[in-house]
Amino acid sequence: MEVLNLTAVGEAGKSFAARVGAEAGTDVYSCYQCGKCSAGCPLSYEMDFQPRQIMRLVQLGLKDLALKSSTIWLCASCATCTTRCPREVKIASVMDVLRAMARREGYPIKEKGIAVFHRNFLNTVAFGGRSYELGMILGYKLGTLPAQPLKDLDLGFTWLQQGKLKFIPERIKDAAAIREIFSKTREIEQADLAKERAQGSGPETGHGAGLPAGGTEGHS
Amino acid sequence: MKYAYYPGCSLHSTATEYDATTRAVCAALGVELAEIPDWNCCGATSAHATNHLLSLALPARDLVKAENMGLDVVAPCAACYSRMATTLHETKGNEVLRRKVSEIIGADFAATAKAKSLLEVLAVDVGPKVVETKVQKPLKGLKVAAYYGCLLVRPPDVTGWDDAENPQSMERLMTALGAEAVDWPFKTECCGASLSVSRTDVVLKLVNDILAMAKSCGADALVCACPMCQANLDGRQPAVEKAYKTTYHLPVFYFTQLMSLAMGIDEWKLGFRRHSIDPRELLHAKEIA
Ligand code: SF4
Ligand code: SF4
Repeated sequence: MEVLNLTAVGEAGKSFAARVGAEAGTDVYSCYQCGKCSAGCPLSYEMDFQPRQIMRLVQLGLKDLALKSSTIWLCASCATCTTRCPREVKIASVMDVLRAMARREGYPIKEKGIAVFHRNFLNTVAFGGRSYELGMILGYKLGTLPAQPLKDLDLGFTWLQQGKLKFIPERIKDAAAIREIFSKTREIEQADLAKERAQGSGPETGHGAGLPAGGTEGHS
Repeated sequence: MKYAYYPGCSLHSTATEYDATTRAVCAALGVELAEIPDWNCCGATSAHATNHLLSLALPARDLVKAENMGLDVVAPCAACYSRMATTLHETKGNEVLRRKVSEIIGADFAATAKAKSLLEVLAVDVGPKVVETKVQKPLKGLKVAAYYGCLLVRPPDVTGWDDAENPQSMERLMTALGAEAVDWPFKTECCGASLSVSRTDVVLKLVNDILAMAKSCGADALVCACPMCQANLDGRQPAVEKAYKTTYHLPVFYFTQLMSLAMGIDEWKLGFRRHSIDPRELLHAKEIA
Protein backbone atom coordinates (compact mmCIF):
# COMPACT_ATOMS: atom_id res chain seq x y z
CA MET A 1 0.00 0.00 0.00
CA GLU A 2 1.20 3.45 -0.91
CA VAL A 3 2.29 5.63 2.03
CA LEU A 4 0.90 9.14 1.84
CA ASN A 5 2.71 12.13 3.24
CA LEU A 6 -0.16 14.21 4.57
CA THR A 7 1.90 16.94 6.18
CA ALA A 8 3.33 17.80 2.79
CA VAL A 9 -0.08 18.69 1.39
CA GLY A 10 -0.36 22.01 3.18
CA GLU A 11 -1.80 25.17 1.65
CA ALA A 12 -1.98 23.94 -1.94
CA GLY A 13 -4.07 21.01 -0.76
CA LYS A 14 -6.42 23.26 1.19
CA SER A 15 -6.92 25.54 -1.77
CA PHE A 16 -7.62 22.51 -3.96
CA ALA A 17 -10.32 21.29 -1.56
CA ALA A 18 -11.80 24.77 -1.37
CA ARG A 19 -11.83 25.14 -5.15
CA VAL A 20 -13.53 21.77 -5.68
CA GLY A 21 -16.16 22.68 -3.08
CA ALA A 22 -16.79 26.08 -4.61
CA GLU A 23 -17.04 24.80 -8.18
CA ALA A 24 -19.30 21.91 -7.17
CA GLY A 25 -21.41 24.11 -4.92
CA THR A 26 -21.05 21.80 -1.94
CA ASP A 27 -19.20 21.57 1.36
CA VAL A 28 -16.61 18.84 0.88
CA TYR A 29 -15.79 18.82 4.60
CA SER A 30 -19.34 17.71 5.43
CA CYS A 31 -18.51 14.18 4.34
CA TYR A 32 -18.08 11.94 7.39
CA GLN A 33 -17.10 8.81 5.45
CA CYS A 34 -20.19 6.73 6.05
CA GLY A 35 -19.82 5.05 2.67
CA LYS A 36 -23.46 5.24 1.63
CA CYS A 37 -22.47 6.83 -1.69
CA SER A 38 -20.13 3.95 -2.50
CA ALA A 39 -22.64 1.30 -1.48
CA GLY A 40 -25.15 2.53 -4.04
CA CYS A 41 -22.72 3.47 -6.81
CA PRO A 42 -23.35 1.18 -9.80
CA LEU A 43 -19.78 1.62 -11.05
CA SER A 44 -17.92 1.23 -7.76
CA TYR A 45 -16.87 -2.33 -8.63
CA GLU A 46 -14.78 -0.98 -11.51
CA MET A 47 -13.28 2.04 -9.73
CA ASP A 48 -9.78 2.35 -8.28
CA PHE A 49 -11.08 4.65 -5.52
CA GLN A 50 -14.62 4.43 -4.17
CA PRO A 51 -16.66 7.65 -4.27
CA ARG A 52 -16.24 7.86 -0.49
CA GLN A 53 -12.47 7.64 -0.91
CA ILE A 54 -12.50 10.34 -3.55
CA MET A 55 -14.25 12.59 -1.04
CA ARG A 56 -11.53 11.85 1.48
CA LEU A 57 -8.77 12.56 -1.05
CA VAL A 58 -10.40 15.91 -1.75
CA GLN A 59 -10.67 16.75 1.95
CA LEU A 60 -7.02 15.91 2.41
CA GLY A 61 -6.01 17.88 -0.64
CA LEU A 62 -4.49 14.88 -2.40
CA LYS A 63 -5.11 16.36 -5.79
CA ASP A 64 -2.88 14.18 -7.93
CA LEU A 65 -4.40 10.95 -6.64
CA ALA A 66 -7.94 12.22 -7.19
CA LEU A 67 -7.30 13.63 -10.66
CA LYS A 68 -5.45 10.56 -11.90
CA SER A 69 -8.11 8.12 -10.69
CA SER A 70 -10.18 5.96 -13.00
CA THR A 71 -13.17 6.81 -10.81
CA ILE A 72 -13.73 10.28 -12.20
CA TRP A 73 -14.03 8.90 -15.74
CA LEU A 74 -16.05 5.81 -14.85
CA CYS A 75 -18.61 7.83 -12.91
CA ALA A 76 -21.79 7.61 -14.96
CA SER A 77 -23.28 10.77 -13.46
CA CYS A 78 -26.31 8.87 -12.20
CA ALA A 79 -26.52 10.96 -9.01
CA THR A 80 -27.36 7.99 -6.79
CA CYS A 81 -24.62 9.17 -4.42
CA THR A 82 -25.87 12.77 -4.27
CA THR A 83 -29.45 11.62 -3.73
CA ARG A 84 -28.54 9.36 -0.82
CA CYS A 85 -25.81 11.24 1.02
CA PRO A 86 -27.00 11.90 4.59
CA ARG A 87 -24.75 14.99 4.70
CA GLU A 88 -26.07 16.50 1.47
CA VAL A 89 -22.72 16.37 -0.25
CA LYS A 90 -23.13 16.71 -4.01
CA ILE A 91 -20.75 13.92 -4.90
CA ALA A 92 -21.83 13.68 -8.54
CA SER A 93 -21.03 17.39 -8.93
CA VAL A 94 -17.67 16.83 -7.28
CA MET A 95 -16.97 14.14 -9.90
CA ASP A 96 -17.88 16.60 -12.67
CA VAL A 97 -15.54 19.20 -11.25
CA LEU A 98 -12.66 16.74 -10.86
CA ARG A 99 -13.06 15.50 -14.44
CA ALA A 100 -13.15 19.00 -15.85
CA MET A 101 -10.12 19.94 -13.75
CA ALA A 102 -8.15 16.88 -14.81
CA ARG A 103 -8.89 17.62 -18.43
CA ARG A 104 -8.08 21.31 -18.41
CA GLU A 105 -4.90 20.78 -16.42
CA GLY A 106 -3.73 18.00 -18.71
CA TYR A 107 -3.66 15.13 -16.26
CA PRO A 108 -3.19 11.66 -17.77
CA ILE A 109 -6.56 9.98 -18.30
CA LYS A 110 -6.93 6.44 -17.00
CA GLU A 111 -10.02 5.71 -19.05
CA LYS A 112 -8.90 7.02 -22.43
CA GLY A 113 -11.82 5.51 -24.33
CA ILE A 114 -14.37 7.35 -22.22
CA ALA A 115 -12.58 10.66 -22.71
CA VAL A 116 -12.29 10.09 -26.47
CA PHE A 117 -15.99 9.34 -26.58
CA HIS A 118 -16.92 12.60 -24.83
CA ARG A 119 -14.65 14.57 -27.14
CA ASN A 120 -16.12 12.98 -30.26
CA PHE A 121 -19.63 13.57 -29.05
CA LEU A 122 -18.88 17.25 -28.51
CA ASN A 123 -17.11 17.50 -31.87
CA THR A 124 -20.31 16.50 -33.64
CA VAL A 125 -22.28 19.05 -31.59
CA ALA A 126 -19.76 21.81 -32.27
CA PHE A 127 -19.95 21.06 -36.00
CA GLY A 128 -23.68 21.17 -36.61
CA GLY A 129 -25.41 22.04 -33.36
CA ARG A 130 -26.79 18.53 -32.94
CA SER A 131 -25.16 15.27 -32.00
CA TYR A 132 -24.62 12.73 -34.77
CA GLU A 133 -24.54 9.12 -33.65
CA LEU A 134 -23.00 7.55 -36.74
CA GLY A 135 -20.21 10.11 -36.90
CA MET A 136 -19.71 9.71 -33.18
CA ILE A 137 -19.35 5.94 -33.35
CA LEU A 138 -17.02 6.07 -36.35
CA GLY A 139 -15.00 8.91 -34.85
CA TYR A 140 -14.72 6.93 -31.65
CA LYS A 141 -13.46 3.88 -33.54
CA LEU A 142 -10.80 5.94 -35.28
CA GLY A 143 -9.89 7.73 -32.06
CA THR A 144 -9.27 4.49 -30.20
CA LEU A 145 -7.48 2.49 -32.93
CA PRO A 146 -6.03 -0.04 -32.61
CA ALA A 147 -7.32 -0.74 -29.11
CA GLN A 148 -10.83 -1.81 -30.10
CA PRO A 149 -11.25 -1.31 -33.82
CA LEU A 150 -14.49 -3.14 -34.61
CA LYS A 151 -16.00 -3.88 -31.25
CA ASP A 152 -19.52 -2.54 -30.99
CA LEU A 153 -20.03 -1.96 -34.69
CA ASP A 154 -22.59 -4.81 -34.50
CA LEU A 155 -25.12 -2.62 -32.74
CA GLY A 156 -24.25 0.21 -35.14
CA PHE A 157 -25.00 -2.04 -38.11
CA THR A 158 -28.29 -3.21 -36.59
CA TRP A 159 -29.30 0.39 -36.08
CA LEU A 160 -28.36 1.27 -39.65
CA GLN A 161 -30.55 -1.58 -40.92
CA GLN A 162 -33.40 -0.51 -38.69
CA GLY A 163 -33.07 3.01 -40.02
CA LYS A 164 -32.19 4.30 -36.58
CA LEU A 165 -28.97 5.99 -37.62
CA LYS A 166 -28.80 8.71 -40.22
CA PHE A 167 -26.05 8.92 -42.81
CA ILE A 168 -26.20 12.69 -43.01
CA PRO A 169 -25.75 14.71 -39.82
CA GLU A 170 -28.50 17.12 -38.87
CA ARG A 171 -27.31 20.71 -38.85
CA ILE A 172 -29.17 23.60 -37.32
CA LYS A 173 -29.56 26.83 -39.31
CA ASP A 174 -27.57 28.89 -36.89
CA ALA A 175 -24.67 26.49 -36.46
CA ALA A 176 -22.39 29.52 -36.15
CA ALA A 177 -24.05 30.35 -32.82
CA ILE A 178 -22.98 26.97 -31.48
CA ARG A 179 -19.39 27.39 -32.63
CA GLU A 180 -19.47 30.74 -30.86
CA ILE A 181 -20.64 29.06 -27.63
CA PHE A 182 -17.78 26.59 -27.84
CA SER A 183 -15.15 29.23 -28.50
CA LYS A 184 -16.45 31.59 -25.79
CA THR A 185 -16.43 28.88 -23.13
CA ARG A 186 -12.89 27.99 -24.18
CA GLU A 187 -11.84 31.64 -23.85
CA ILE A 188 -13.34 31.97 -20.37
CA GLU A 189 -11.83 28.67 -19.32
CA GLN A 190 -8.37 29.68 -20.47
CA ALA A 191 -8.62 33.05 -18.76
CA ASP A 192 -9.65 31.31 -15.51
CA LEU A 193 -6.78 28.88 -15.85
CA ALA A 194 -4.29 31.73 -16.38
CA LYS A 195 -5.68 33.43 -13.27
CA GLU A 196 -5.26 30.27 -11.22
CA ARG A 197 -1.71 29.83 -12.45
CA ALA A 198 -0.90 33.42 -11.53
CA GLN A 199 -2.26 32.81 -8.03
CA GLY A 200 -0.18 29.67 -7.77
CA SER A 201 -3.13 27.34 -7.23
CA GLY A 202 -3.03 25.82 -10.69
CA PRO A 203 -1.53 22.48 -11.68
CA GLU A 204 1.62 21.52 -9.85
CA THR A 205 3.02 19.64 -12.78
CA GLY A 206 2.64 19.54 -16.54
CA HIS A 207 1.13 16.27 -17.64
CA GLY A 208 0.95 16.39 -21.43
CA ALA A 209 -2.18 16.69 -23.51
CA GLY A 210 -5.56 15.57 -22.24
CA LEU A 211 -8.77 16.59 -23.90
CA PRO A 212 -8.60 19.81 -25.88
CA ALA A 213 -10.33 22.66 -24.10
CA GLY A 214 -13.92 22.92 -25.28
CA GLY A 215 -13.52 19.56 -26.94
CA THR A 216 -13.60 20.80 -30.50
CA GLU A 217 -10.29 19.64 -31.91
CA GLY A 218 -10.21 16.44 -33.87
CA HIS A 219 -7.29 14.65 -32.28
CA SER A 220 -5.14 14.68 -29.19
CA MET B 1 -51.99 23.02 -21.85
CA LYS B 2 -49.18 24.23 -24.13
CA TYR B 3 -45.46 23.57 -23.94
CA ALA B 4 -42.32 24.40 -25.86
CA TYR B 5 -41.29 21.02 -27.23
CA TYR B 6 -37.63 20.00 -27.08
CA PRO B 7 -37.32 16.63 -28.86
CA GLY B 8 -33.54 16.35 -28.50
CA CYS B 9 -31.17 14.62 -30.94
CA SER B 10 -32.18 11.02 -30.19
CA LEU B 11 -35.79 11.59 -31.09
CA HIS B 12 -34.61 12.61 -34.56
CA SER B 13 -32.47 9.49 -35.03
CA THR B 14 -32.52 6.35 -32.87
CA ALA B 15 -35.84 7.11 -31.21
CA THR B 16 -38.20 8.44 -33.89
CA GLU B 17 -40.90 6.09 -32.56
CA TYR B 18 -40.74 7.93 -29.24
CA ASP B 19 -41.15 11.25 -31.06
CA ALA B 20 -44.09 10.01 -33.15
CA THR B 21 -45.97 8.48 -30.21
CA THR B 22 -45.25 11.53 -28.04
CA ARG B 23 -46.82 13.84 -30.58
CA ALA B 24 -49.78 11.50 -31.13
CA VAL B 25 -50.52 10.97 -27.45
CA CYS B 26 -50.19 14.66 -26.61
CA ALA B 27 -52.51 15.60 -29.46
CA ALA B 28 -55.09 13.09 -28.22
CA LEU B 29 -54.89 14.45 -24.68
CA GLY B 30 -55.06 18.11 -25.67
CA VAL B 31 -51.45 18.86 -24.78
CA GLU B 32 -50.16 21.31 -27.37
CA LEU B 33 -46.50 21.00 -28.37
CA ALA B 34 -44.73 23.90 -30.10
CA GLU B 35 -41.29 22.72 -31.20
CA ILE B 36 -38.51 25.10 -30.21
CA PRO B 37 -37.27 26.61 -33.49
CA ASP B 38 -33.72 25.67 -34.52
CA TRP B 39 -33.01 23.95 -31.19
CA ASN B 40 -29.51 22.64 -30.51
CA CYS B 41 -28.14 19.59 -28.68
CA CYS B 42 -28.16 19.93 -24.89
CA GLY B 43 -24.60 18.54 -24.73
CA ALA B 44 -25.82 15.49 -22.80
CA THR B 45 -23.38 13.78 -20.47
CA SER B 46 -20.34 14.69 -22.52
CA ALA B 47 -20.61 18.42 -21.90
CA HIS B 48 -21.13 18.28 -18.16
CA ALA B 49 -18.58 15.50 -17.85
CA THR B 50 -15.90 17.76 -19.21
CA ASN B 51 -16.83 21.44 -19.18
CA HIS B 52 -19.21 23.04 -16.70
CA LEU B 53 -19.90 26.30 -18.54
CA LEU B 54 -20.49 24.51 -21.83
CA SER B 55 -22.94 22.18 -20.09
CA LEU B 56 -24.99 25.20 -18.98
CA ALA B 57 -24.66 27.30 -22.14
CA LEU B 58 -25.90 24.68 -24.60
CA PRO B 59 -29.26 24.10 -22.85
CA ALA B 60 -29.52 27.82 -22.05
CA ARG B 61 -29.70 28.70 -25.75
CA ASP B 62 -32.78 26.47 -26.06
CA LEU B 63 -34.28 27.71 -22.80
CA VAL B 64 -34.01 31.35 -23.94
CA LYS B 65 -36.02 30.45 -27.04
CA ALA B 66 -38.69 28.88 -24.82
CA GLU B 67 -38.71 32.03 -22.66
CA ASN B 68 -39.32 34.06 -25.80
CA MET B 69 -42.23 31.76 -26.66
CA GLY B 70 -43.59 32.38 -23.14
CA LEU B 71 -43.78 28.65 -22.49
CA ASP B 72 -42.37 25.98 -20.18
CA VAL B 73 -40.29 23.29 -21.85
CA VAL B 74 -41.15 19.62 -22.10
CA ALA B 75 -38.40 17.13 -22.95
CA PRO B 76 -39.13 13.44 -23.57
CA CYS B 77 -35.48 12.38 -23.10
CA ALA B 78 -34.46 11.94 -19.47
CA ALA B 79 -30.93 13.16 -20.19
CA CYS B 80 -32.08 16.32 -21.99
CA TYR B 81 -34.63 16.97 -19.25
CA SER B 82 -31.93 16.58 -16.63
CA ARG B 83 -29.55 18.99 -18.41
CA MET B 84 -32.27 21.62 -18.77
CA ALA B 85 -33.52 21.27 -15.20
CA THR B 86 -29.95 21.40 -13.88
CA THR B 87 -29.15 24.52 -15.91
CA LEU B 88 -32.20 26.28 -14.47
CA HIS B 89 -31.49 25.03 -10.98
CA GLU B 90 -27.90 26.24 -11.01
CA THR B 91 -28.47 29.63 -12.62
CA LYS B 92 -31.70 30.65 -10.86
CA GLY B 93 -30.18 31.91 -7.65
CA ASN B 94 -26.73 32.67 -9.06
CA GLU B 95 -26.57 36.07 -10.70
CA VAL B 96 -22.88 35.83 -11.59
CA LEU B 97 -23.30 32.48 -13.31
CA ARG B 98 -26.50 33.55 -15.05
CA ARG B 99 -24.74 36.59 -16.49
CA LYS B 100 -21.76 34.52 -17.58
CA VAL B 101 -24.05 32.11 -19.40
CA SER B 102 -25.97 34.99 -21.00
CA GLU B 103 -22.71 36.41 -22.26
CA ILE B 104 -21.63 33.08 -23.75
CA ILE B 105 -24.86 32.54 -25.63
CA GLY B 106 -25.18 36.22 -26.60
CA ALA B 107 -28.73 36.55 -25.27
CA ASP B 108 -30.32 37.47 -21.97
CA PHE B 109 -31.07 34.22 -20.22
CA ALA B 110 -33.59 34.91 -17.46
CA ALA B 111 -33.90 31.31 -16.21
CA THR B 112 -37.65 31.77 -15.74
CA ALA B 113 -39.14 28.96 -17.84
CA LYS B 114 -39.65 25.56 -16.20
CA ALA B 115 -38.28 22.34 -17.64
CA LYS B 116 -40.46 19.26 -17.38
CA SER B 117 -40.03 15.70 -18.41
CA LEU B 118 -42.69 14.29 -20.70
CA LEU B 119 -43.52 11.71 -18.05
CA GLU B 120 -44.19 14.46 -15.53
CA VAL B 121 -46.50 16.27 -17.96
CA LEU B 122 -48.51 13.17 -18.86
CA ALA B 123 -48.52 11.41 -15.49
CA VAL B 124 -48.86 14.44 -13.21
CA ASP B 125 -50.11 17.50 -15.14
CA VAL B 126 -52.59 15.55 -17.26
CA GLY B 127 -52.86 12.70 -14.80
CA PRO B 128 -54.05 9.06 -14.81
CA LYS B 129 -57.72 10.00 -14.29
CA VAL B 130 -57.89 11.87 -17.59
CA VAL B 131 -55.80 9.24 -19.37
CA GLU B 132 -58.17 6.53 -18.18
CA THR B 133 -61.11 8.17 -19.94
CA LYS B 134 -59.27 7.90 -23.28
CA VAL B 135 -58.50 4.18 -23.06
CA GLN B 136 -60.13 2.14 -25.82
CA LYS B 137 -58.14 -1.09 -25.59
CA PRO B 138 -57.12 -1.79 -21.98
CA LEU B 139 -53.77 -3.54 -21.69
CA LYS B 140 -55.29 -6.37 -19.67
CA GLY B 141 -52.89 -9.01 -18.41
CA LEU B 142 -49.75 -7.13 -19.41
CA LYS B 143 -47.23 -7.04 -16.56
CA VAL B 144 -44.74 -4.23 -16.90
CA ALA B 145 -41.75 -3.12 -14.86
CA ALA B 146 -41.68 0.69 -14.88
CA TYR B 147 -38.08 1.78 -15.37
CA TYR B 148 -37.25 5.41 -14.60
CA GLY B 149 -33.49 5.16 -14.86
CA CYS B 150 -31.26 7.53 -12.98
CA LEU B 151 -31.97 11.05 -14.20
CA LEU B 152 -35.73 11.34 -14.35
CA VAL B 153 -36.26 11.69 -10.60
CA ARG B 154 -32.73 12.47 -9.37
CA PRO B 155 -31.30 14.39 -7.69
CA PRO B 156 -34.51 15.42 -5.88
CA ASP B 157 -33.63 19.10 -5.47
CA VAL B 158 -33.31 19.40 -9.26
CA THR B 159 -36.28 17.21 -10.27
CA GLY B 160 -38.60 16.99 -7.27
CA TRP B 161 -41.80 15.82 -8.97
CA ASP B 162 -41.75 12.21 -7.79
CA ASP B 163 -40.03 10.18 -5.10
CA ALA B 164 -36.32 9.75 -5.82
CA GLU B 165 -36.06 6.21 -4.46
CA ASN B 166 -39.49 4.79 -5.15
CA PRO B 167 -41.24 6.84 -7.84
CA GLN B 168 -44.83 5.86 -8.66
CA SER B 169 -46.04 8.10 -11.48
CA MET B 170 -45.31 5.68 -14.31
CA GLU B 171 -46.97 2.85 -12.40
CA ARG B 172 -50.12 4.95 -11.97
CA LEU B 173 -50.16 5.71 -15.66
CA MET B 174 -49.74 2.04 -16.56
CA THR B 175 -52.55 1.05 -14.19
CA ALA B 176 -54.77 3.64 -15.84
CA LEU B 177 -54.06 1.92 -19.17
CA GLY B 178 -55.24 -1.38 -17.71
CA ALA B 179 -51.77 -2.91 -17.39
CA GLU B 180 -50.34 -4.37 -14.22
CA ALA B 181 -47.25 -2.62 -12.82
CA VAL B 182 -45.03 -5.10 -10.99
CA ASP B 183 -43.35 -4.13 -7.76
CA TRP B 184 -39.60 -4.22 -8.27
CA PRO B 185 -36.54 -2.61 -6.68
CA PHE B 186 -34.48 -1.53 -9.72
CA LYS B 187 -36.63 1.23 -11.14
CA THR B 188 -34.00 3.90 -10.66
CA GLU B 189 -30.84 1.81 -11.15
CA CYS B 190 -28.45 3.28 -13.70
CA CYS B 191 -28.07 1.52 -17.08
CA GLY B 192 -24.73 3.24 -17.73
CA ALA B 193 -25.92 5.07 -20.84
CA SER B 194 -23.03 7.52 -21.03
CA LEU B 195 -20.55 4.62 -21.12
CA SER B 196 -22.48 2.69 -23.75
CA VAL B 197 -19.95 3.07 -26.54
CA SER B 198 -16.74 3.45 -24.56
CA ARG B 199 -17.18 0.78 -21.87
CA THR B 200 -19.69 -1.61 -23.35
CA ASP B 201 -18.62 -4.32 -20.87
CA VAL B 202 -19.82 -2.20 -17.95
CA VAL B 203 -23.11 -1.46 -19.66
CA LEU B 204 -23.74 -5.12 -20.40
CA LYS B 205 -23.34 -5.90 -16.70
CA LEU B 206 -25.65 -3.11 -15.55
CA VAL B 207 -28.26 -3.98 -18.17
CA ASN B 208 -28.03 -7.65 -17.24
CA ASP B 209 -28.69 -6.82 -13.58
CA ILE B 210 -31.73 -4.74 -14.49
CA LEU B 211 -33.21 -7.29 -16.90
CA ALA B 212 -32.63 -10.17 -14.48
CA MET B 213 -34.41 -8.29 -11.71
CA ALA B 214 -37.34 -7.33 -13.92
CA LYS B 215 -37.74 -10.92 -15.05
CA SER B 216 -37.52 -12.38 -11.55
CA CYS B 217 -40.17 -9.92 -10.37
CA GLY B 218 -42.54 -11.31 -12.97
CA ALA B 219 -42.49 -8.60 -15.65
CA ASP B 220 -43.43 -9.42 -19.25
CA ALA B 221 -41.84 -6.21 -20.44
CA LEU B 222 -40.14 -3.03 -19.32
CA VAL B 223 -41.48 0.42 -19.92
CA CYS B 224 -39.23 3.46 -19.99
CA ALA B 225 -39.19 7.20 -20.60
CA CYS B 226 -35.77 7.78 -22.15
CA PRO B 227 -34.18 6.98 -25.53
CA MET B 228 -30.83 6.09 -23.89
CA CYS B 229 -32.46 3.63 -21.52
CA GLN B 230 -34.44 2.10 -24.37
CA ALA B 231 -31.35 1.79 -26.59
CA ASN B 232 -29.43 0.09 -23.81
CA LEU B 233 -32.12 -2.21 -22.43
CA ASP B 234 -33.58 -3.20 -25.80
CA GLY B 235 -30.74 -2.64 -28.29
CA ARG B 236 -28.14 -4.35 -26.15
CA GLN B 237 -30.38 -7.15 -24.91
CA PRO B 238 -29.17 -9.70 -27.54
CA ALA B 239 -25.54 -8.94 -26.61
CA VAL B 240 -26.36 -9.25 -22.89
CA GLU B 241 -28.07 -12.59 -23.46
CA LYS B 242 -25.02 -13.80 -25.35
CA ALA B 243 -22.50 -12.55 -22.79
CA TYR B 244 -24.39 -13.92 -19.81
CA LYS B 245 -25.66 -17.07 -21.58
CA THR B 246 -29.26 -16.47 -20.73
CA THR B 247 -32.52 -15.41 -22.38
CA TYR B 248 -34.77 -12.63 -21.24
CA HIS B 249 -36.69 -11.70 -24.32
CA LEU B 250 -38.22 -8.73 -22.55
CA PRO B 251 -39.61 -6.05 -24.87
CA VAL B 252 -38.77 -2.50 -23.79
CA PHE B 253 -41.53 -0.01 -24.54
CA TYR B 254 -41.58 3.74 -24.43
CA PHE B 255 -44.46 4.63 -22.13
CA THR B 256 -45.97 6.64 -24.97
CA GLN B 257 -46.08 3.51 -27.13
CA LEU B 258 -48.23 1.73 -24.58
CA MET B 259 -50.38 4.84 -24.22
CA SER B 260 -50.86 4.96 -28.00
CA LEU B 261 -51.77 1.32 -28.07
CA ALA B 262 -54.30 1.57 -25.27
CA MET B 263 -55.75 4.80 -26.65
CA GLY B 264 -56.29 3.20 -30.05
CA ILE B 265 -53.83 5.38 -31.95
CA ASP B 266 -52.73 3.97 -35.38
CA GLU B 267 -50.38 1.08 -35.00
CA TRP B 268 -47.92 2.28 -37.66
CA LYS B 269 -47.00 5.08 -35.32
CA LEU B 270 -45.76 2.64 -32.72
CA GLY B 271 -42.61 1.69 -34.66
CA PHE B 272 -42.33 -1.78 -33.15
CA ARG B 273 -40.34 -3.00 -36.17
CA ARG B 274 -37.44 -0.90 -34.98
CA HIS B 275 -37.11 -2.72 -31.65
CA SER B 276 -34.48 -5.40 -31.13
CA ILE B 277 -36.96 -7.44 -29.08
CA ASP B 278 -40.12 -7.28 -31.15
CA PRO B 279 -43.00 -6.71 -28.73
CA ARG B 280 -45.72 -7.87 -31.12
CA GLU B 281 -45.40 -11.53 -30.18
CA LEU B 282 -46.05 -10.69 -26.54
CA LEU B 283 -48.94 -8.40 -27.38
CA HIS B 284 -50.51 -11.07 -29.57
CA ALA B 285 -50.11 -13.69 -26.85
CA LYS B 286 -51.88 -11.36 -24.41
CA GLU B 287 -54.51 -10.64 -27.07
CA ILE B 288 -53.85 -6.93 -26.80
CA ALA B 289 -52.75 -6.32 -30.40
S1 SF4 C 1 -22.58 9.35 1.54
FE1 SF4 C 1 -21.92 11.46 1.91
S2 SF4 C 1 -21.12 11.47 4.00
FE2 SF4 C 1 -21.30 9.33 3.37
S3 SF4 C 1 -19.23 8.87 2.58
FE3 SF4 C 1 -20.47 9.49 0.84
S4 SF4 C 1 -20.10 11.69 0.64
FE4 SF4 C 1 -19.39 11.07 2.66
S1 SF4 D 1 -22.91 9.71 -9.92
FE1 SF4 D 1 -21.00 8.63 -10.31
S2 SF4 D 1 -20.09 8.33 -8.30
FE2 SF4 D 1 -22.22 8.87 -7.95
S3 SF4 D 1 -23.26 6.90 -7.78
FE3 SF4 D 1 -23.42 7.51 -9.92
S4 SF4 D 1 -21.64 6.57 -10.93
FE4 SF4 D 1 -21.26 6.50 -8.71
